[in-house]
Amino acid sequence: MGMTISQKILAAKSGASKVSAGDIVLADVDLAFANDITAPISIDFVKKLGVNVFDKRKIALIPDHFTPNKDISSANQCKIMRDFVKERDLPNYWESGEVGIEHALLPEQGYIKPGMLIVGADSHTCTHGALGAFATGMGSTDVGFAFATGKSWFKVPESIKFIYKGKRNRWVGGKDLILYTIGKIGVAGALYQSMEFTGDAIKELPMEDRLTMCNMAIEAGGKNGIIEPDEITIEYLKERNVKESDYTVFKSDSDAEYSKIIEINVNDIEPQVAFPHLPENAKGISEINDDIKIDQAFIGSCTNGRLSDLQEAAKVLKNNKVAKYVRLIIIPATVDVYKQAMKEGLFDIFMEAGAVISTPTCGPCLGGYMGILADGEVAISTSNRNFVGRMGSKKSFIYLSSPAVCAASAVAGKIISPDEVVK
Amino acid sequence: MKFKGKAWVYGDNVDTDVIIPARYLNTSDEKELAKHCMEDIDENFTKKIKKGDMIVAGYNFGSGSSREHAPIAIKASGISCVIAKSFARIFYRNSFNMGLPIFESIEAAENIKDGDEIEINADTGEIKNLTTGEVYKSTPIPDFMQELIQSNGLFGYAKKILNK
Ligand code: SF4
Repeated sequence: MGMTISQKILAAKSGASKVSAGDIVLADVDLAFANDITAPISIDFVKKLGVNVFDKRKIALIPDHFTPNKDISSANQCKIMRDFVKERDLPNYWESGEVGIEHALLPEQGYIKPGMLIVGADSHTCTHGALGAFATGMGSTDVGFAFATGKSWFKVPESIKFIYKGKRNRWVGGKDLILYTIGKIGVAGALYQSMEFTGDAIKELPMEDRLTMCNMAIEAGGKNGIIEPDEITIEYLKERNVKESDYTVFKSDSDAEYSKIIEINVNDIEPQVAFPHLPENAKGISEINDDIKIDQAFIGSCTNGRLSDLQEAAKVLKNNKVAKYVRLIIIPATVDVYKQAMKEGLFDIFMEAGAVISTPTCGPCLGGYMGILADGEVAISTSNRNFVGRMGSKKSFIYLSSPAVCAASAVAGKIISPDEVVK
Repeated sequence: MKFKGKAWVYGDNVDTDVIIPARYLNTSDEKELAKHCMEDIDENFTKKIKKGDMIVAGYNFGSGSSREHAPIAIKASGISCVIAKSFARIFYRNSFNMGLPIFESIEAAENIKDGDEIEINADTGEIKNLTTGEVYKSTPIPDFMQELIQSNGLFGYAKKILNK
């Protein structure tokens, strides 16, 4: 019996020739990182042990959630990080003006490579599986342990293989594929398991859409999301000066065992909208018959705050205006995305339309700041979670969608298809 | 390793918010946390339990946030271990990391009544109900996790492997 790509990476990193689902391994980590909410506890773990970090180049500290700092306690959290970085002279740290959302920043800057074993003190660490790495989110103590020892323990997961067939329809991207998938299997549909995304439609899917899909593996309870490296992966890495000799490509064996194989016909998928209060409440845009009026639209987050997302939004917003009383908040996920969007003239389109553009941060995605919802308000968001109270008031409502649907809805003041705005 | 104590029984989906409410998260002092353990689901919890007692619960114990304060509060309250039909993934991980033993057993969770005397053999995963004489099976704790528990969690384990 062969191994899946996830199992192969865990085997290689724990020095075993073979691992099986259910085995527990202690494996060597290639990258461990934490953010301004989770890092202080990880740092405390290292300090209490009284040791050095295992390898300065293999840890990253990313103050992205509340920066520029929104209040005194978030400023204090960031200070703990910054002081530690200064004291230990750590290279992988980004200050405001350079920093972006961790899961957008790390791949963009060439830190993520195929075959790596990555742990992050943030549940959306699964994003990085898009490059053929094994990446999963953990608690701060786990990441503190990795900072100190270079190791982490894993229960080897079973895998579900998803095969996406056919051609994507207009306005359908990675976000729609993953919302549709979660809608099918539910928020605990992949509990403890690895979600392996395969098939012709994935082979044709751009890297940024793949990152979006793997980002939301956790929303189905998955331990990680993963896509085998291919031409698109190699090209993406080349653009970041990562050579093929710098990494190892793992692929699933043809006789690997899967707990389930799920085929999805992409021709059937239209732009998706997940209704409150769970990502599994996904519906095709044409199935929405009622007028769902919105108060706010948010385009950003580690799910959909990358350049192609902003380009997609700009296509819809060009020569259009945001509806009266609707706030459209656009947050490029990183400084590079910000610069490039500005160069391409996307900001002109956004501002002409009446949107506001913020510096890179998580901001409203987790109800932090920069666009909190009031009681009874309705938002459409390109982020990944629409739980009760996620973006502010416990009495608010969040719908999840792609940037195109989000932008179109901002223009119409209610949730609609981009086809109705861009004829 | 053996554990012995009285069982206190709860239902499905006991989430991290009732194990330790967010309003007490401004401290990580375990004695403080222990004082409020399970407060929102059972006001008398800290008064009635004795050292070594166990929590028995249904499906998806520890769902919700990734807060590590939840297993810390349970352990510091004097509870020796938790038996449930299933655990949420991050809670499962955090428990072993904090040195709190947990056992998955549908059989045990279905049959144990509030106040029953229970004895668990962690090596074999056998759960004995000393009150009724019944014996239940649970998934045995893998060697690696037993080592984590014996090291008093991930911190002790880190010390151990770094000294090697
Ligand atoms: S953008 Fe949202 S989901 Fe992503 S890391 Fe930030 S808070 Fe978490």
